[in-house]
Amino acid sequence: MAIAAKPLLTSRRSVGFRLWEGAQLVVLYGSIVAIILPIIAITWLVISKGGPSINWEFLSKAPERTYSGGEAVYGGGILPAITGTLYLMAGTILIALPVGVFGAVYITEYGQRSRFTRVLRLAIVNLAGVPSVVYGLFGFGFFVFVLGGGLDRMFFAKDLPSPTYGTGGLLWAAATLALLILPVVITASEEALLSVPASFREASLALGCTRWQTVRNVVLPSALPGIVTGLILGISRAAGETAPILLTGAAFGLGEAASVSTSPLGMMLHEMRQLPEKLHSQFMALPYHLYITATQAADIPERFPWGTALVLLMLVLGLNAVASIIRSRARAGRRW
Amino acid sequence: MAAESTIESGTEGALRIQASQARKHGRAISDRVMEWLIRGNAGLVVLSVVLIFAFLIKESLPFFQKYGVGSLLSGRVWEPVGEPEVYGALSMIAGTLLTTVVAILLALPFGVLCAVFMSEIAPPRLKGVLKSTVEILAGIPSVVIGFVGMTIVAPLMQDRLHLLTGLTAFTGSALLAFMALPTIISISEDALHAVPRDFRQASLALGATRLQTIWKSVVPAAGRGIVAAMMLGVGRAVGETMTVLMVTGNARNVPTNFFTKDLSENSLFQSVRTLTATIAAEMGEVARGSDHYHALFALGAVLFLITFVINSIADYALNRGRR
Repeated sequence: MAIAAKPLLTSRRSVGFRLWEGAQLVVLYGSIVAIILPIIAITWLVISKGGPSINWEFLSKAPERTYSGGEAVYGGGILPAITGTLYLMAGTILIALPVGVFGAVYITEYGQRSRFTRVLRLAIVNLAGVPSVVYGLFGFGFFVFVLGGGLDRMFFAKDLPSPTYGTGGLLWAAATLALLILPVVITASEEALLSVPASFREASLALGCTRWQTVRNVVLPSALPGIVTGLILGISRAAGETAPILLTGAAFGLGEAASVSTSPLGMMLHEMRQLPEKLHSQFMALPYHLYITATQAADIPERFPWGTALVLLMLVLGLNAVASIIRSRARAGRRW
Repeated sequence: MAAESTIESGTEGALRIQASQARKHGRAISDRVMEWLIRGNAGLVVLSVVLIFAFLIKESLPFFQKYGVGSLLSGRVWEPVGEPEVYGALSMIAGTLLTTVVAILLALPFGVLCAVFMSEIAPPRLKGVLKSTVEILAGIPSVVIGFVGMTIVAPLMQDRLHLLTGLTAFTGSALLAFMALPTIISISEDALHAVPRDFRQASLALGATRLQTIWKSVVPAAGRGIVAAMMLGVGRAVGETMTVLMVTGNARNVPTNFFTKDLSENSLFQSVRTLTATIAAEMGEVARGSDHYHALFALGAVLFLITFVINSIADYALNRGRR
């Protein structure tokens, strides 16, 4: 490359000029160090402080309070928060996958340059800019009170005034998070669909396939890795969000003292099934659990928030790593 | 913003012929069903965005009708449980402004320098390493950063700067700056990368050094992209909730005092509360339909409006830059 061939520092100028440029380089390298070091520090802190608290009991048991001499001792683990987050991720995917992928299919395959496509794009851009707590506000006001309250009045009137769907729950939190990650999913899917060459579509159409057959059999399979990458990135974002679930159904201290089974495995299975048991149940989730154990509860030992932070960080960074592996594999194996 | 569709008009023509033939042969039922599903879904997405917007307005209107916009924006006192209730959000608006402005002042130089380094100086392999490190940062959930800030950074600041508490606006700004970095770096890097190579070659051919080329021709050419990066970073900082909720101390002060030598008297080193933190902290306790409930929606509407303006500026800068 012609540009890189020229050395960063030239020897043909005056000493003062060379010092000046050298100082600029020091600042450039320094800024890199100033950014990289805290990133390493945060990751290392969470790993080193959270690492010791991770053991089988921490991952496989519900939190429990035992009483010794009149004083409550907080112990057990964070299993319900882990399963709650997994349930929440599953629910979010179930909503965001069809809406997001079909939205992208509309943009690239159906709407193309129509005016409505422009409106849709504008909507997505704006959706991406909305702060997460505003999603929470919307989920709380609309999903929980308007939709949930409406469902209750229609189908669960006999249980009123105690709400069924008219209170925070898994379904509403998942719907809120699905809205939140929709821009990520649509944008990534759109990019993946656009990278499928037009000749693929033309070949399929020339063979007499209809538009939907072309989309289903040719375009979507070719774009699959890109779509999956976008989905995973979206879901990892959803797994780490706290503000939107704060108001739509996350809870603390569920499943405490659920000692029904005697064998450890039976106990674990029982607890996994228990929480959250219905679509409208409240649930525990890792980010919310971290927030509460860190800020609200004085009697909870430090290893709980640090351990929760580590599990959450590993989950999110693991998902991101999977996404980038899929992306680079797909790029390497691409045949067009 | 996003690229135009790549499907050429030839394909569109083929599709039209295909559709008319398919209709004749009666093969098109699944096709037509899917088409309606897909179109309906697109409508649903647009509808939900309109719905969010409309719902925010609808739920905040009762508040504005009763208390007025002026008292919300200029009132210094926020007493939702007082007798009578008072809703002045000036302290929170100022808190959001203060933390955001300081965060961007901290993040912008580092972010742009990092982007310059990645795009113009780093060899490909180092660039790859830097990119994935920045991606790690982008992936860390805000509640984890808030937690580390609360337990590690805040006590450190309190200790080193001899403050009464480490939970200050400045701690929040520092962490927000950190969180805005990935946005600033990746968008500026894209903008720098998009500068044509001719610019660099012409400058070098005139005898400029590589660093002169970077500062005098590449960075100015990427100016609009860098402005967009800054605005998107601002948007990120304004909307961030958990971190500021956990580290800024949440005292409802109107920050006014920035020029004292005594740091613990300086507003930057005192507690503040932001718009986002107020919504997150108080929403759990309100009764639906109460004035407090509508007041929090009004804060949400203010927040939405701020981020909407910021993102529109970013979008405008990006799209104008492309033409």
